[in-house]
Amino acid sequence: MIDYDKLIANNAYDIQPSGIRRFFDMASAIEGTISLAIGEPDFKTPWSVRKAAIRTLEKGKTSYTANSGLIGLRESICKYMHNRIGVQYNPENETLVTVGGSEAIDLAIRALINPGDEVLIPEPSFVCYSPIVTLTGGVPVPVKTLHEDKFRLTADSLKAKITPKTKMLVLPYPNNPTGAIMKRPHLEEIAKCLRDTNIIILSDELYSELTYSDKHVSIVEIDNMRERTILINGFSKNYAMTGWRLGFAVGPAPIIKQMLKIHQYAIMSSPTVSQYAAIDALENCDADIEYMRKEYNIRRKYLVSSFNRIGLDCFEPEGAFYVFPSIKGTGLSSNDFCERLLKSQKVAVVPGNAFGESGEGYVRVSYAYSLNHLKTAIERIECFLKELEG
Amino acid sequence: MDTLLHLLKQNARLSNNELASILDVTAEEVADQIKEYERTGIINGYSAIIDEEAADQDSVTAFIELKVTPQPNFGFDDIASTIMQFDEVDSVYLLSGEYDLSVTISGRNLRDIALFVAQRLAPLSGVLATSTHFVLRRYKERGIFLMKEDTDERGLISL
Repeated sequence: MIDYDKLIANNAYDIQPSGIRRFFDMASAIEGTISLAIGEPDFKTPWSVRKAAIRTLEKGKTSYTANSGLIGLRESICKYMHNRIGVQYNPENETLVTVGGSEAIDLAIRALINPGDEVLIPEPSFVCYSPIVTLTGGVPVPVKTLHEDKFRLTADSLKAKITPKTKMLVLPYPNNPTGAIMKRPHLEEIAKCLRDTNIIILSDELYSELTYSDKHVSIVEIDNMRERTILINGFSKNYAMTGWRLGFAVGPAPIIKQMLKIHQYAIMSSPTVSQYAAIDALENCDADIEYMRKEYNIRRKYLVSSFNRIGLDCFEPEGAFYVFPSIKGTGLSSNDFCERLLKSQKVAVVPGNAFGESGEGYVRVSYAYSLNHLKTAIERIECFLKELEG
Repeated sequence: MDTLLHLLKQNARLSNNELASILDVTAEEVADQIKEYERTGIINGYSAIIDEEAADQDSVTAFIELKVTPQPNFGFDDIASTIMQFDEVDSVYLLSGEYDLSVTISGRNLRDIALFVAQRLAPLSGVLATSTHFVLRRYKERGIFLMKEDTDERGLISL
């Protein structure tokens, strides 16, 4: 008999499966559950993008592309970046098309992190950074963000974690799961802490089009930050293209060059049909983005006011499509709250501690659902809270 | 379209408080605005979208295409306003294209509708021809899916 456990590489074996996964398994076993747990748009990909993909197939464009992606797409990406954040990137050597933002994150970490290097990761945040850092032998260092700071990364908490071993700061804003954003003054403060260091920023901006008060600001817009930042963006969230698996990284040529090397051995090139479709997304879909943003905003306002009304303290998140209400008033842990809500009222939300310890006492609620769906869910959550009191 | 109208079209049962929180105004302002829309005829009523089959009600719906002769001075308005008076008639539209009026009617069974067409519609002066299409199945009504197979296909993924 083969003892598989002994064969698995230590670094892989030691990674914990995502807490969201465990919860989804539980939720899917219960009939009639309504979910507020899914972190992807409920909108379909804009029709013109789908049509562009169909045309690509009709023309038989089914081969690999250049390793770093179609030059036409890389040019469109650079034009788009310049248009949105006013920063120039070279499509030839500063742009890499990847299989979703996720691959770009993986590449950036693998290209930069040596064993022992410390990577600062604001928490709560998306679940992938820390396991990937661990796989490279690096050391993930959580930086707690707080409700009272609207879950922004502050200069003080950042400074407290910087050591001579710090190699990278992950900057995941607009944030999953909190919906927090960083505005220009907040980014200026972070930049001040980093200017005289060698720390590289991994700026994960996948939700950049989904901000509801001010336009998204990227850290690369702040003086001296472009040269130390790998900016990651993609099509999944902004263009409702999750299943197309397409993202990109832009950054300093020497870093992109190393990322490209890993990409070419691991992936070869990103999906060709998706790449052609993505050109259409960047060039023709501003109105679609605007439409989706308006709908998300309606739902966001509905949820924030509803949670506050029914007694779950909820700060007003200004980005992404999540709200992050506090459930501390119920006296339950995040896990207990979610399990009991699921069993009693069949509503699935994700425990905040799935996104790091500092998410304890909160739950993540996605509003990538129709308003009518959200309304039903809120009614059920209200019943659940009455039950707890009763 | 105004966001308030957009929301009411999605769900007319959102409370004034809920609407107010979404629109960043007070519930009183929402109530006033709705009254204004009702007064000026922008909002003309509220009704539930019912899946008649599921509700187990005997009901048959038909779309009737009508070719008519326009009346001097009144055009199509005269005959349209006659047709819309019948209780059986749900909607009346004037269309471009091969025929002129599209009339939706509902009744308890095929016979009801056949009689209505034969005895009420066809004999009206100005009606040249009718063509009746019975509805076999409803898939979507005013933006709402009536087929419950519309399941959430998004995979359960850890993010």
